[in-house]
Formats: sequence, C-alpha cells, structure tokens
Amino acid sequence: MTSDRKGNSSRSTSKAGRSLITRRGLVKGLGAAAGAAAASGLLPGPMRYIQAQAAEPIRLGFQVHRTGIGAAYGRWYEQTTNAAVKTINAAGGINGRPIEIVAEDDGTDPKRGAEVVEKFATKHKVDAVFGTLFSHVVMGSAPTAGQLKMPYFVVSEGHHVASGALNRYTFQPGITDVRSQVISMAPWIASNLGRKVAMIYPDYAFGYDHRDFFSAAIQGQGGAITALIPVAPTETTYSKYFAQIPAETEVLYHVMVGPGVLTFVKEMGDHFGSSRPQIFGFIDSLEATDLASPGLEFLDGTYFWEAFPRYAQKDQSEFDKHYRAAVGVDDNGASTADPKEVSTYSHMFGCWETLYVIKAAMEKSGYQKSTFAQKGKLIEAVEAMTAFPESDEHPQGDKTFNGKLHQCYGHQFISKVEGGRLNVVHKTAIEDGLYEPETDYTKKAL
Amino acid sequence: MSLGPHLLLAFLEGTVSAFVLALTALGLSLVFGVMRIVNVAHGEFFMLGAVLAYGFSSLVPGLPALGFLLALILSPLAVGAIAWSADRLVLARLNYNPEATIVATIGMLYIIEQLVLTIYGPDAHPVQPPISFRILFPWFGYSGYKLVVVAASGMLLLTTWYLLMRTRIGLVMRATQLDRETAQNFGIPVARVYSLIFALGAALAAVAGVLVVPIQQAHYLMGLDPLLLSFITVIIGGLGSLRGTLIAAFVIGLSDGMFSVFFSGTLSKIIATLLVALVLVFRPSGLFARSAR
Repeated sequence: MTSDRKGNSSRSTSKAGRSLITRRGLVKGLGAAAGAAAASGLLPGPMRYIQAQAAEPIRLGFQVHRTGIGAAYGRWYEQTTNAAVKTINAAGGINGRPIEIVAEDDGTDPKRGAEVVEKFATKHKVDAVFGTLFSHVVMGSAPTAGQLKMPYFVVSEGHHVASGALNRYTFQPGITDVRSQVISMAPWIASNLGRKVAMIYPDYAFGYDHRDFFSAAIQGQGGAITALIPVAPTETTYSKYFAQIPAETEVLYHVMVGPGVLTFVKEMGDHFGSSRPQIFGFIDSLEATDLASPGLEFLDGTYFWEAFPRYAQKDQSEFDKHYRAAVGVDDNGASTADPKEVSTYSHMFGCWETLYVIKAAMEKSGYQKSTFAQKGKLIEAVEAMTAFPESDEHPQGDKTFNGKLHQCYGHQFISKVEGGRLNVVHKTAIEDGLYEPETDYTKKAL
Repeated sequence: MSLGPHLLLAFLEGTVSAFVLALTALGLSLVFGVMRIVNVAHGEFFMLGAVLAYGFSSLVPGLPALGFLLALILSPLAVGAIAWSADRLVLARLNYNPEATIVATIGMLYIIEQLVLTIYGPDAHPVQPPISFRILFPWFGYSGYKLVVVAASGMLLLTTWYLLMRTRIGLVMRATQLDRETAQNFGIPVARVYSLIFALGAALAAVAGVLVVPIQQAHYLMGLDPLLLSFITVIIGGLGSLRGTLIAAFVIGLSDGMFSVFFSGTLSKIIATLLVALVLVFRPSGLFARSAR
C-alpha cells in the first residue's frame, strides 16, 4: 500500500513537470469535489452511490466472535453488519466514501480481543473499531483501544461502559446496558409476577450486573431476593442449580449465555414440571434458538425480556419491516434463507444502529483521515449527540444518548411465550431505564 | 429442599456423569494402555459423535426414537472409521513415537474442531431424546432419559469388558499390550490391532457423545470438558488400567455430583484437579496401575 502510494506520487510528480494538470490529479480533484458535495447531501442519490464506490473507503475494524462460545451471536452480528454496510454504501457511504469492513475473529477470548484491537490499529490502520459483544472480551479489549487512541464502539449491553470502568475512546451507542434494562423492568415484574425472586446468572461480569442492579431494583419495589445462584460459564448441566431455589420463591429470574442455554431450559422443565414459580428470563437464554425446539414447550406462559421483539408484532413499525428485509430475517426472527436458522434478533440490531451512529458522527465532524486530531474530533462529535429518533437508521426505537457516560438509553420489551411465539405484553419508557450518572468521560484527556 | 432430596439429586447427577465419564475415559485408557499414545484428540471424537448424531437423527424427521437409534449405530461407526484412517495416515507413519503422536493428536484436535465449525457451524443443536419421560419425586422432577443413559452406558461397559476379557480379539489386544514384539513373532498383525484399538477408543468416546447429546446438545466446542475429565480419570485410575479407569470414573463422577449440588461446580473441578496432584505426588503411576514390565 505504502510503496504503491509512493510509486503513484513519484509518477505524478514526474508528469507534473510536463503538464500542470495530470489525469490522476483531475480525477482526484473531481473526487474531492464530489465527496464534499456528497457530504453536504447536494448530489442526487445515484451520483452519491457512484461517487462512494470510487472514493477511498472508510475502514472499520469489525471485532467479531466468529469462534468460541459467542460464535452464534458473531455470525448474526456479521450478517447484520454486512447488511448495514451494503445499505449505507448504496446510499452514498460516509462523507462520500464507502465503508470497508475489515473483520477479525477474537475467538470470544479477552486476550485475543486485545490483540485484535492492536492489529486493527497497527496492521489494518482502520478508522474505528466496533462490534464486540461478550462482556469479558470488552473488558479485555477496551484498555488497548484507549492506549492506542482508537475509537472503539462496543455492542455489548454490559454496564461496563456507563459505569466508568473503561476509557474515553470506548462507546456503547447502539444498545442499552444491563443496569438500564433491569431497573426499567423490575416494577413490572414486582407488580405482575411476584416479589420473592431467585436469580440464576452467569458467574462473570455480565451476570454480576444483573445480580447487583436487579437485586437492588426488586428490593426498591418492596421485594426480596430468595437466592442468588451463579453458574460457571463452562457448565453443561444445570439440575443441581435448581435444587438451590427455595420453596417460597415466587419468581425465577434467569439469564444464561452460551451454547448450554437450551439444556438449561430443558432441565428447568424436568425439574419443575407444572408446579413452577413464575419465570422471567432474559432472551439471552434463548437467542439463536428455535422456540419450537424439543423440551421448550415448558416455557409456554413464561416471560422474557427482549430488546427488539423477535416475532413481528401486530403494531410492527415500517422501520422494523425495512430492517428485517435488509438483514434477511423473516417475521419469526429466522433467516429468510433457512427458517431453522434463528437470529440473535434482540442484540444484533446494535451493530446496525452503531454503524449509523459512526456514520452520523463522522459526517458531523467532517472526518476524513485517520489522524489522532480527527479521531479526537470524532470522539467529541459522538459525545455531543443526545438523541436518536426511531427511523430506518434506528429501527429498534428512539433512544437518548448521554455523552458523559458514552451510553444510550431506550425502550425495553417484556414478551410472553404463547403457542411457541413471543408476544409483547409491555414496553417500558426510556425514563424507566435512567439512573444517576456514575462517571463523566468527557473530563478525561483525549 | 431439605438434605434428603438434595442428597438424592446429587446421587442421581453423580451417577449419570460417572457412567458417561467411564465410557469416555475407557476409550482413552484403552488407547494409552495398548498403544502408549496420549490421544489429545479424544474429546473431539466425543464431540464428533454428538455432532454426527444431530446429522443422522435429522435424517428421520418426526420419528425421534428411530433417528436416535440410527445415530447410535452410525455415529460410532463413522467416528471409528475416521479414527482408523487417522491412525493409518498419521500415527502409523510416526511409528507411534510417544512425543510425535502427542503433537499429531493435538493437530487432529484442531483440524476436527475447525472442520466441524466450517461444515456444521457454531450453533448448538438439540437432538430429541428417543424416549422422553419425567420421573416425579415428591420434591422435584428428573429427566427419565438420564437414567436411560446410565443403563445404556452400563451395558456398553459390560460389552467392552466382555470383548476384552472373553473374546479372541480381546486376547489379541491384551497380548499386544503386554509385549508388542513377542505378539508380532506369534503372528499377531500388530499394525491392524493398533488401528482397531484406536478406532475402538474413538468409537467409545463417540457413543458417549451420542448418549449425551439429547441432554446437552451438540456443539463444536463440547469436546474440551470430557477430554480434561477423562485425563483426570485416567491419571487417577492408573494409565492403562481399565479397572482403575472405571473406579476413578465413579469416584470423580459421584464426587462431582455431590460437590456441585452442595457447593459449586467450580469447587468440584478444583477438587478433582487436586486429587490428580495428590495421586501424582504419592502414586505417580496412578492408584491401580500395574507395575511396569
């Protein structure tokens, strides 16, 4: 790349001796003019499209869990990302330049995550990095992004960004955080399902967010926690954990992640049968899993949190329709190519929306080059954002954004399993998920 | 739940994991005992069994019992065939050199894992149990299929014991284990016996994988846990000792059940690992290893 650039420039210099305007220079000048016009939206649609194909691309590093326990999510994050990039590029790209995705697998591993971020910065020389999901990988990778001053947009839903544990270069603008999710739903759970709650959650950062914030929220509603049951991430059988649930429990709150989740639900069915408490789960327990899988009949009549309802609802928005079609997902949340392939619908929209946030911030800051100064401007442009209205860019719904916390806030959905599908019974307001800020990243140095 | 039901659940869980572990570890122990090969790819044969079971059982949609039966027969055969070719193509060419075969089986581990990821994908897939019923205790319900797994594993263990101790092929295997060169001088086709043993060891792991898949689902990373537990079992039981392997499997399986019900799953793994350390310190060749010949 560098030698190519050098070669080109030396050729153009020698030609410049003979003629004031070279063909290459002319094309470059036209390109820049068209870029400026595209950025300001002056060019008609098709022209923007042509221009975006010709200009040098914006390179975005996509840190993806292609392998490891996050692989099912990774595959759908990739499909969503590719669909969003295709849509954005077809509409003229960013500042008249097409997006180019450079994907690297982090194996859902924190150490490899940090290496991948470094590789994006030093080898691929990308403009920004996005896409990380699993909380322990975010925790492992974000410090490297901060050190390398690389804008790092995570799509993770952990509370790590808003808690202040990370750095000024790390954002979570496309998906809400666990703290916000659980406090907005606790009142509904307490008044509709019960006040004595046993919690089963993964024994790592993401699970602790649930444990701490949901416990506090349910106690705030006058409820009580009957048991806290952490489950090791490598666990494959779960019957023994159900034995720890006290008899007086009114609600079983579960959130599980990884390939063992279906086993978890099946064993829960074996254990309780029909004499079960009310059950409220996070859809994380069943992402990418067909609700018609054997053993899941048990879930009929139980409730789930969803960030974005998997099944198209009666009041489905035009934006949801547009988004589903673009990412190739049918009304049941499965791939249009293979109805057996169920998507991770409640998380993957985060990639789509994050890309549009990056696009908006780059356009606002007039981002052109991968320099520290321009990256700093980009960071400030994201921090200055306050709201994302519901639109094709933000199909999950309208959101507010707190630039000091680097975190967005939005609506949550509670769905009931009825006849093998999830029907939304409650939608929270954005205000339900707001909490006292814990940090101010804008005060940290760039 | 009070102590009694807790204990019952711990015992049930422990028994299931003990039988599955015994089946898996037996294959590893057999391969080490006869061929002196530390098969690091053993867990991948377990995983292949489960993944192929998903494939075979979906060939008969609507009839879970028939699909499962098909998988129970075809998966171990297919995995055995793969292991047989791996032995012919790789291990035999290395002259079963202990160091080289460790590296070679590590290579197999990665190749199998990546091939399964490429072809089968990263998702975990469920397989419907052949019979599905719930045993209702006064305090909790329990999957009836898990007890079927115990019965099936028990029968397979008995069959393997019979094969090794009471049949001609078993005699040939034992002779090869005792002294490779003398066996060869007596006209035993050692090369063929080795391939057969490697295939049998892999098939045993695959059977365990098939039996487990209606409980756990098939996933490309599921081989790691059985591999580690099998190693722990084989080390505690004594490398190459089948009796020791079985006893160790039951000790580890049951203690795993007890500790993880009463304390935590992580603690039971810590204790198993500690047990390995103690065995290695005080009886380096394992609890039931025969003296070196």
